[in-house]
Order: sequence, then structure tokens, then C-alpha cells
Amino acid sequence: MTTADLIGKILQLLMGLAVFAVIVGLLVFFIDKAPKRGRDYWQLAGFLAPALILLAIGLIYPAFRTLGLSFLDKSGNFTFDHFIWAFTQPTAVRTLINTIIWVALVPTVSTILGLAYAVFIDKSRGERIYKALVFMPMAISFVGAGIIWRFVYEYKSAGREQIGLFNAIVVAFGGEPVQWLQTDPLNTFLLILVMIWIQTGFAMVVLSAAIKGIPTEQIEAAQLDGTNAWQRFRNVTVPGIRGSLVVVLTTISIATLKVFDIVRTMTAGNFNTSVVANEMYTQAFRASEVGRGSALAIILFVLVLPIVIYNVNVLRKQREIR
Amino acid sequence: MSSVAPADLPVESGKGEIELAVEHRRDGGKAKRVKQRLTSRGATVAALIIAVLWTIPTFGLFISSFRPAELILNTGWWTIFQNPGFTLDNYRDVLLSPSQSSPQLGAYFVNSLFIAIPSTIFPLVFASMAAYAFAWMRFKWVNWLFIFVFALQIVPLQMALVPLLQFFSTFLKPGQQWLNDVIPIIPVQNYLPIWIAHTMFALPLAIFLLHNFISEIPGEVIEAARVDGATHGQIFFRIVLPLAIPAIASVAIFQFLWVWNDLLVALIFSGGTQDAAPLTQRLAEMVGSRGQEWQRLTAGAFVSLVIPLIVFFSLQRYFVRGLLAGSTKG
Repeated sequence: MTTADLIGKILQLLMGLAVFAVIVGLLVFFIDKAPKRGRDYWQLAGFLAPALILLAIGLIYPAFRTLGLSFLDKSGNFTFDHFIWAFTQPTAVRTLINTIIWVALVPTVSTILGLAYAVFIDKSRGERIYKALVFMPMAISFVGAGIIWRFVYEYKSAGREQIGLFNAIVVAFGGEPVQWLQTDPLNTFLLILVMIWIQTGFAMVVLSAAIKGIPTEQIEAAQLDGTNAWQRFRNVTVPGIRGSLVVVLTTISIATLKVFDIVRTMTAGNFNTSVVANEMYTQAFRASEVGRGSALAIILFVLVLPIVIYNVNVLRKQREIR
Repeated sequence: MSSVAPADLPVESGKGEIELAVEHRRDGGKAKRVKQRLTSRGATVAALIIAVLWTIPTFGLFISSFRPAELILNTGWWTIFQNPGFTLDNYRDVLLSPSQSSPQLGAYFVNSLFIAIPSTIFPLVFASMAAYAFAWMRFKWVNWLFIFVFALQIVPLQMALVPLLQFFSTFLKPGQQWLNDVIPIIPVQNYLPIWIAHTMFALPLAIFLLHNFISEIPGEVIEAARVDGATHGQIFFRIVLPLAIPAIASVAIFQFLWVWNDLLVALIFSGGTQDAAPLTQRLAEMVGSRGQEWQRLTAGAFVSLVIPLIVFFSLQRYFVRGLLAGSTKG
């Protein structure tokens, strides 16, 4: 990077912020000077216009266009080929199966681990530090996490000293080093492990807060009844945090369905590890198969849709109770 | 206002204030009685094991980033006491080296920062304006519009990428070209498309969260200002924005980290050169092309982690709030 580049970039930033300030300033000026007739409407329009215009260009129009593209072949004729491809071609089917494995494993395992951990550390000394350690992966990028775990999975040929933790352990027990990320189907599970590593912290933080929200009277009452710790956990804690459990499960499911960066960084979808979000990118932006990419985006949308609707319903019910 | 929580988080109230809750509970007399814990010594050991397992991967990478290249590549980081060695060369190399073959992350670091700052400010300003309108300018159909905007969250980012890229190359590219002609030091491939894309994708969730908060501002405050003849613009800037600062801060921190950690949007809209590509994109590229050069990858990864970790440890409470509130994004 030369100094000129840096100056150019700073200039861009300042100009961007300045132009933005001018736009907002003008907007507010016109809102306050709106014509008397239909003044309320002018003001409303002024406040809503920027957001609505951006949403129309950035989400609404593209969503319909993607839907259209998924049914058009390269010369612009209507076709089902892209969806047929997605559900019959072996590599594409493998992508769908992988996505299902991901969404079956990541939410359940991370939630169970996060819940167990939250219960274990509840009211223990140093709870904050315990929390920070497991929660930290949540703050870093999936790309960073990908590099961290690639290092753990690193392979050196047999006989050389292993620098990856996994292979070092395998060799220490007298095994042969394994090319973890190239070994199908093991590699998919190793990528899933990375996502679990990240999401457990999220589950733990939410569930820990929920556990602290359970009235102490309930737990004391259960204690007086002579229950043991497991019974209290099963019959008091879990019912008490059911709402949070649902939110955690659905939130992690959505994040898992859309997982892209981990697969991209660690294997780029090779060795049969691709998932829908990654394949969508590969098809649309690497292989110039815009139709196929769009079809995969639609499939992703359909997969996410029921979970989001369910989530919104839960949220609405919670609010009604309040 | 009874609560300082930024918005209705998707969990029951007060989830964001974990630390506060813990301390509060410890103070209470009742807490003493309950302090005999749910769990036993075995649980503590299990927790300790999980905590250690969770930290080891990051720790190993961190240690390695300070080891000389030949040690990283030939010995495990856990043998650091048998094979001692400490160096800052890896960081010097990835950040500052002028040689064309090294990653030169300095430029990408600047890009990440300059992408993330406007991509946080722009959507938050527009979202708080829209949230104010949705909350305090009452028309019947406005409510429907709000529900519609909320519903837009179900559109995955992936559905927007192809058409948006086409849209940008038709309408934005000529402008970027023109800017480059007028001011040559601003490259054709500038930050503008990434800023706009991030702003667009952030809006539905930001509007929703800020609306929840802004609509809870007591009506009397706003009515009083209206009676005194304040315009909507004045009410927004003088009353609503200052009151909404805690909510805006939480959403802003979440949005900043989201943009900083993003790979997908950058891959599609940045062009991939050091003119505009952020750190994450460069790192992903390095993994592809130099996957074995661990002396560079380890240091590079930590350069990209340093800002999120600072934010995480210094603003943990806000971060947790923003994260809980924003976790359904994308």
C-alpha cells in the first residue's frame, strides 16, 4: 500500500460520510419545510423514503428477480432444468444431503453442550471467565475460525513430526496421520465441529440467562420435595427455559442453513463437503451458472422459511403473554 | 422508562444484562440460601474440561503466530518449551512487508475498517429515521408497511446477490468510473457498492429492533414537544435520538462486527483487489493459495481477530445484547 493509496482511501471515507451527511441534512430540511397541504404525508415520506428505496432495490426487486432467474435457461426460455439439476445430479444431491446433516447436528449438539455448560457453571466461582472462554468464538469471523481449525486438522506425511493437534494425538497413540479434510465423509463432520464450536457459546449465554430467570422458589420447593439434581434439572429447569430453548434452536438452525464462510475457507466445497449456500456462490459467481445459483438460493429460502415463521410465532406469543 | 434494554430481544426480558443479573442475585439475602449449587464437583470438572477444549484451538494458533517459521512448520506448538523461539517477524511480514509476494495485510486492514465504519453509520441513521416514522407517525397502512419490512428478514442474502450485482454494474459502475476520472487516486473499484449492499441488508433487522425501542418512549414526551411547536425533524434529532442511544449502541456494535467478519458480501461486491477487499476476503484467499504457510496464516488470522476481540472484551455487555437481538440476521 503506497501513501497515495492510503490518502485515496481516507478521501473516499471522508467523501462518503460527507455526502451521506448532506443527503440526510437535505432530507431533514425538506421534511421541516414540507408544503402545508398534506404535510403529514410529506413528512412521513421523508422519513421512510431512504429505507424503503434501499429495501426495494436491495431485497424486494432482487428476490423476485432471483425467482425469475431460477426458471430461465441461458437463452431466456422458461425451464425447470435448474431445479431438476439440483435434485438429481449427484454432486448437487450431495450438497443437499450435507446441508441436512449440518442442520440436524449443529443446532442440537450446540444447544445440548451450551445448556450443559450453562448448568455446570451456574453460580460457580469465576462464572464470568468461564463464560467468556466459551463465548469468545462467537466474536471472531468464520474465516478466522476456519483458519484456527485448519491448523488443528493440519496433515504432515507419516514419519514427519505432526504440527496439527488431531494428527499429533493420533500419532501419539500409534496411528497413521489422517488427511482429515480430504477424507469423505469424515470431513463434513469436522467442518460441522467448527460450527458447533462457534454456536455453543451463543446457546450457553442465552440459556444461562434463562436459567437465572427461573424463580428460586421453584427450585427450593423441588429441593424440599427431596428431588435430586437431575430430577430438578428435568422437571424444573428445562420447562422453565423452554421458550429460550426454542429460540436458540431455531436461531442456530437458520445460521447453519446459511453457513458459507466455514466451508469456503476450509475446503471451498471440495471433497464432497459443499453445502447449499456455498454451492449457490460457486454456481452463480464461479461457474457462471446463474440459473442454478438462483435455484439454490430459492431452495435455501424454502428451507429457512418454516423456521422463521415458527420463530416469529413464538416471539408473538411471548409478547402476548407479557 | 423502566427498561434500558435496546429492544425486545428474542428471549425473555433482561437477557442482555447477564452480568448485572448475576451480581444482583449475589447481593440478595435469598441468594445465600440458594448458593448451594445445582451441581456437584463432577460438574465443575466437566465445565473445566469444556472450557479448556474450547480455548485450545485459538490458543495454539496464537502461540504459533509468535514462533519462527521453521519451528511452526516442523514442530507442534505444544512443544514450545522443548523448541523455544519468539519472533515478531510473522506480524511484520504480513502487515508491513513491501514485497509483492507477501500478503500486505495493512492495506486490507484499512479496507476492513473503512468498510465497517460507514456500513454501520448509514443503516443505523436510515433505520432510526424509519423506525421513528413507523412508531410515531400514525397512519393505518403504515402498520402494514412495518410488518412487511419485518417480514423481509426471511429473504436470505443469497437471494439478493445476483440481481444486485447486475444492478450495480449497470447503474453504479459509470459513477465509479466518472469519480476515478475526476479524482484519479480513488480507484474505480471503490467502497461504494459494499457500503450500499451492507446498508441494504442491515435495514430490516435494524428497523425492527429500533422500532421496538423507539415506540416505548413515553408518548407524553413527544406530545409535549409537538404542542410546543417542534417539527418532526426536531423531535427526531433532539428527543428521540438521544433517548435511543443505548439501543443504537447495541445494534451498532453488532452491525460493526457483522460487517467486519463478513465474507460473502465482500466476495461479491469488492472486486477482490487491495483497492477495496477486506481482511476476511484476503485471508480466505491466502488459505486457498498458501494454505501451508502457517507463519503467515497464523499472524494474519490474529490481525483480523484483534478488533473483534477488543470489542468483545471491552463492550461485552453491549455486544451480548446486540448479538441476542441480532442473531436472526442474514
